[in-house]
Amino acid sequence: MSVIAKERKAPTARRTTRRVGRRFWWWVLTALLLALAFVWVFPFIWMVSASLKTSGEIFGGGLGLIPEALQWENYSRAWIDGRFNVYLLNTVIVTVATTVIVVVRCALAGYVLGRYRFPGSRLVIAILVATLFVPTGYTIIPVVKLSMELGLLDSLAGMILALAGAANVASILIYAGYFRGMPAELEEASIVDGAGFVRTFTQIMLPLSMPVTATVGILTFLFTWNAFFLPLVFSFSNPALRTVSVGMQAFVGENSTDWPGMAAAGVISLLPIVALFVFMQRYFVEGIAGAVKS
Amino acid sequence: MASPTLIAETATRSGSAARKTAKRPGQRSRERRRNLWIYAFLLPTFILYGLYTLYPMVASYWYSLVEWNGFSSQQTFVGVENYRRVFADPLFWSSVRVTLLFMLIVAPLRVFGAFALAILLNSPKLPLRSFFRTAYFLPVVTTTAIVGVVMRFIFDPASGPTAALAQIFGLGPIDLLGSSETALITAGVVYVWKFFGITLIYWLAALQTIPADLYEAARIDGAGPVRLFRYITLPMLIPFLLIITVLTIEDCFHAFDLMQTMTAGGPFFSTEIIEIYIYRWAFAASIPQLGFASAAAVLFGVIVLLVVILQVWATVVSRRMRSRA
Repeated sequence: MSVIAKERKAPTARRTTRRVGRRFWWWVLTALLLALAFVWVFPFIWMVSASLKTSGEIFGGGLGLIPEALQWENYSRAWIDGRFNVYLLNTVIVTVATTVIVVVRCALAGYVLGRYRFPGSRLVIAILVATLFVPTGYTIIPVVKLSMELGLLDSLAGMILALAGAANVASILIYAGYFRGMPAELEEASIVDGAGFVRTFTQIMLPLSMPVTATVGILTFLFTWNAFFLPLVFSFSNPALRTVSVGMQAFVGENSTDWPGMAAAGVISLLPIVALFVFMQRYFVEGIAGAVKS
Repeated sequence: MASPTLIAETATRSGSAARKTAKRPGQRSRERRRNLWIYAFLLPTFILYGLYTLYPMVASYWYSLVEWNGFSSQQTFVGVENYRRVFADPLFWSSVRVTLLFMLIVAPLRVFGAFALAILLNSPKLPLRSFFRTAYFLPVVTTTAIVGVVMRFIFDPASGPTAALAQIFGLGPIDLLGSSETALITAGVVYVWKFFGITLIYWLAALQTIPADLYEAARIDGAGPVRLFRYITLPMLIPFLLIITVLTIEDCFHAFDLMQTMTAGGPFFSTEIIEIYIYRWAFAASIPQLGFASAAAVLFGVIVLLVVILQVWATVVSRRMRSRA
């Protein structure tokens, strides 16, 4: 009996020391990951700190992140003189309109592609999948030419249509996969109740697809807010149409020594999208993870 | 032994989706009406996507065959002359080389770095997991074009933070973005930093497909963490390696925003990726050469197409591997 007890004791003692050792390594690892995470967010910390300093403080160099006195006028300079009030409004208009158009068109297309077989359905899916990934640089010249002929080149409407017309195949496929997975009884029940094709979609299917709508909407919002190539080309001859991503470059081009103003403009531009991310993190992650799962 | 996810997948696939109905009189006209609605639902996508994605893809070919300066003047048909000139331009080949080099710098760092980090973040023993995930994902949501401008200041050789760091370590002034030897590597590292979070999420999603009971069973059989990793995690993740690599390679073609704002292709064209080359000839030149730029765009499209074919192949292969598991 005692022998067994002793035998049992020895391993547990060894196990506890091993466990302590292992826990120690976990903490070392955590410290390393924390250091790396600091490097990861450092550019943003630096930007916020620079936006509240004077030019002199920044050019004095050094790694100090705490401003001597908070220089809020950097923000008013970026907002008024840098015209970020205009740029931010443009960005909001373009992003919201594009997101609405994309969500509607992808929900409609995803529904019929996911749920029905019809003449040409396979071809449509094949074409969509083949264009899953089209870099803007490849299509930009014809897009500009077309917009010019339609009289849409120097307008926010033209920018919105061009952004909403980008492939967005992934969004359609996410919708299609979701609608495909819905039980057939739902449809049968609504047909028995006398609902037609459109009513079945708007009253039964669409309300049930809210999680996907959130994912697609938020991802589209993100991509549009951050778009650069198309807004750049569409606002060449009319600076009043610039979005924040284009405005930032122009601002630096015009005031190359105004670092604090540049940093303030950066904070103004990034704050909305980062806030959205913090509150809606789950949908961002789900939308991106979808690419692997499919 | 098929994995549960696969069973679930096939179940949904063969489940409620469209079923062929037997055709009775009356049925046919109803089906025709249904199809009309279906096409109506496809119409918005057909118009927008047709005008702004499909048509441009095809039109690029026509534009690449004409001589065409600016958006208003005459177009004259010149056949393959533009292609001849693009092929003869050493800077075009340089841009192809830069694009591929950039990919070679970025893709391995992202794929394997994110893999290692995902393994760590997936472990329930690690504290602050969700904080880490948020921190590493944060750069992904920020506007690339704005980050590009901020990075010019971060790497400023006179008074940027990296210059201050170099001073602390007693190095001389270094201009990472301003010298043609280091600019591309620096841009690559920034790109890794910016989009690392996406690859990380891919890997975390892949890790979640491994059923927990596999680990349970192996633990009961007495396998330690190393063997769990070696005999369960690794083999289950191999199919995903292909897909994640291809997705990451595709991401590397989207570097225009960062390059244009951070280096604009310089110094001495050392960071001029193909998209910047196209942009330079189409929009930034004093006399735009749209036919010439279109020819370069078409060639770029061909390279992209090769990657898409690679993606389809990778998807098929990884599906097959997973169904065998």
